[in-house]
Amino acid sequence: MPSLKQLSEREERLSSGHRLCAGCGASVAVRQILISTELPIIACASTGCLEVATTIYPFTAWKIPFIHNAFENAAATISGVESMYRALKKRGRIPDRKIKFVAFGGDGGTYDIGLQSLSGALERGHDFTYVCYDNQAYMNTGIQRSSATPIGANTTTSPCGDEIPGKRGQRKNLTQIVAAHDVPYAAQSTPSHYMDLIRKAQKAIETDGPTFLNVLSPCPRGWRSDATSFADLGKTAVETCVWPLYEIEDGDYVLNGTTKRIADGKKDKLPVEEWLKLQGRFKHLFKDPSGKAVIEEAQSKIDRDWDRLKTLASI
Amino acid sequence: MQRSMPLNGDDSAAYAMRQIDPDVVAAYPITPQTELMQNFAQFHADGDVRTELITVESEHSAMSACVGASAAGGRVMTATSSQGLALMWEILYIAASYRLPIAMNVINRALSGPINIHCDHSDSMGSRDTGWLQIYGENPQEAYDNTIQAVRIAEHMDLRLPVMCMQDGFITSHAVERVDMLEDEVVQEFVGEFEPQYPLLDLENPVTYGPLDLYDYFFEHKMQQIDAMSRAEKVVREIGKEYEKISGRSYQMLETFGMEDAETAVIVLSSTAGTTRSTVKDLREQGKKVGMVKIRCFRPFPTDELIDVLKGVKVVGTLDRSDGLGAYGAPLFNETRNTLYDEDEKPDVVDYVFGLGGRDIGKREITDVYSQLEKIASTGEVERRISYLGVRE
Repeated sequence: MPSLKQLSEREERLSSGHRLCAGCGASVAVRQILISTELPIIACASTGCLEVATTIYPFTAWKIPFIHNAFENAAATISGVESMYRALKKRGRIPDRKIKFVAFGGDGGTYDIGLQSLSGALERGHDFTYVCYDNQAYMNTGIQRSSATPIGANTTTSPCGDEIPGKRGQRKNLTQIVAAHDVPYAAQSTPSHYMDLIRKAQKAIETDGPTFLNVLSPCPRGWRSDATSFADLGKTAVETCVWPLYEIEDGDYVLNGTTKRIADGKKDKLPVEEWLKLQGRFKHLFKDPSGKAVIEEAQSKIDRDWDRLKTLASI
Repeated sequence: MQRSMPLNGDDSAAYAMRQIDPDVVAAYPITPQTELMQNFAQFHADGDVRTELITVESEHSAMSACVGASAAGGRVMTATSSQGLALMWEILYIAASYRLPIAMNVINRALSGPINIHCDHSDSMGSRDTGWLQIYGENPQEAYDNTIQAVRIAEHMDLRLPVMCMQDGFITSHAVERVDMLEDEVVQEFVGEFEPQYPLLDLENPVTYGPLDLYDYFFEHKMQQIDAMSRAEKVVREIGKEYEKISGRSYQMLETFGMEDAETAVIVLSSTAGTTRSTVKDLREQGKKVGMVKIRCFRPFPTDELIDVLKGVKVVGTLDRSDGLGAYGAPLFNETRNTLYDEDEKPDVVDYVFGLGGRDIGKREITDVYSQLEKIASTGEVERRISYLGVRE
């Protein structure tokens, strides 16, 4: 694992000057992931904030080869690129050197519309890393609910109204779905825990075969949060076990950092309210009496998932 | 030296793909294309090709992987039918606009619903404006020849556009006929080495594919694509001529039969051209001045050549194997009539929609079409501009 100083000396692969919002987690995550390894990378992104804001013609923020195809097919697209790499290497038409392949998708492009494409590419065993930057809704189109949106969140298609207090139902556990594909490496992280994310990104990218990173990515616009609270949001998500830090290597679950300390009883697990109250999208839950039940439901799901995760990690 | 073998259209196209030995093939099974990909998978399993075969989980991913692979910088092929082509829809436009020279066999099959597995052209006609070249083949021989030419056409430096080659599902794809095949080395030499353009795999010169292109640039980029398509006719002819030199088989934008002094003519695509040709022979023996135009290349549409070959014809019947549902006539009719509009002297054009969902068409029906055309020619009256052949009332 390179030191922070060493990392700071590496050349950025995503330049500044792109048009992502202040406080957006996506570009921070992408930069951290791309400098995690010194191996050459070819990147792909699904349609979404990241793609739109980094490639407005005639500009591109990508200093490495990059392809955007459509919304639901980043995994299929990168599998084509990776297959051509193997094909041309086999035929001696490109230099015999190691190149790694990374696809980025938001939660809409991954949990929802791109899930089939991702599943297919994982099953086929391409040598690539899929990174989901999960900001928990369709932010590029203006904050619509996805299957990654947590219960109670106020989005434009799950608005809080007189009858319904925001998004109904719990979110999907994508990391577990990916793990069920028996891939060599899958992990959860968030860019506020940058050394955790960079270590996992290096591991994911440098591991042969299909690997996966699920990265919680704060979105000030969609979360109705302060652009400067980026790090607090990630930190609190981990401390409440809303977003446990863990990795699955060849089927073995390992809890990391703060998450491990909570599991070991060295640190208290904070109630979910601590995370919810940082974000305007949950504001109504604290005002309306019906919100209390939603918060309880959210807490009970977190507790259940946390117990299950500890069991999986043999704790 | 050519080798003759009894093959169906799926087999002959797969055989051509084996000889081309593309770098990457991504495909998904669908009737009646399945046999083509099965054959190719066997070639792959036996080590007869060095291709990386991506057995994707859907046609959407097949075309998506083709886009990634082609942009990476190598030769890419695939094949599909019907629903599969429909599922690729979104990505067909992207492949064309990224100027990726992908070659695809489309084994024509009716689009659902109701669900059906047999031939009509609703699938490929629906994708006629996606920016792909469209070449329609009559029989397994043409399926073979077109597959080989498609690679060269797509990769031509004046174009760099994807090409789809059609053949009729089951009628061609599953009917065995004699096919003359070139030697492997001859095909290899003909297709040549792939010349990558701005490949993703060139790490020293990183490029961005698929940027967000708003109103200040989109139109100019679309114009470049439109300009490329306008050069396609010349390229199709050139490659056809070059292919004739190695095969002895001639390929143009369209093919005519009996048109020299024809007063009535039928315009048709694909396997029905065979039935029509035979009908023309019979009617010619009876002294009727009838002819046939087989459109080989539907995109780009051979406008000038069609005007030329229809000179002196009084009435034209278009045989459309798909319908326009709400349009005034089906696609072949629309193209033909539109093409002739500015001519001072032009034939009357009537449309016959036939064969939907694989409904058979025989010489009796086509003879009947020629009788109707003859009647229109002699009376000058069109009772029905658009008719449906062989459908029960």
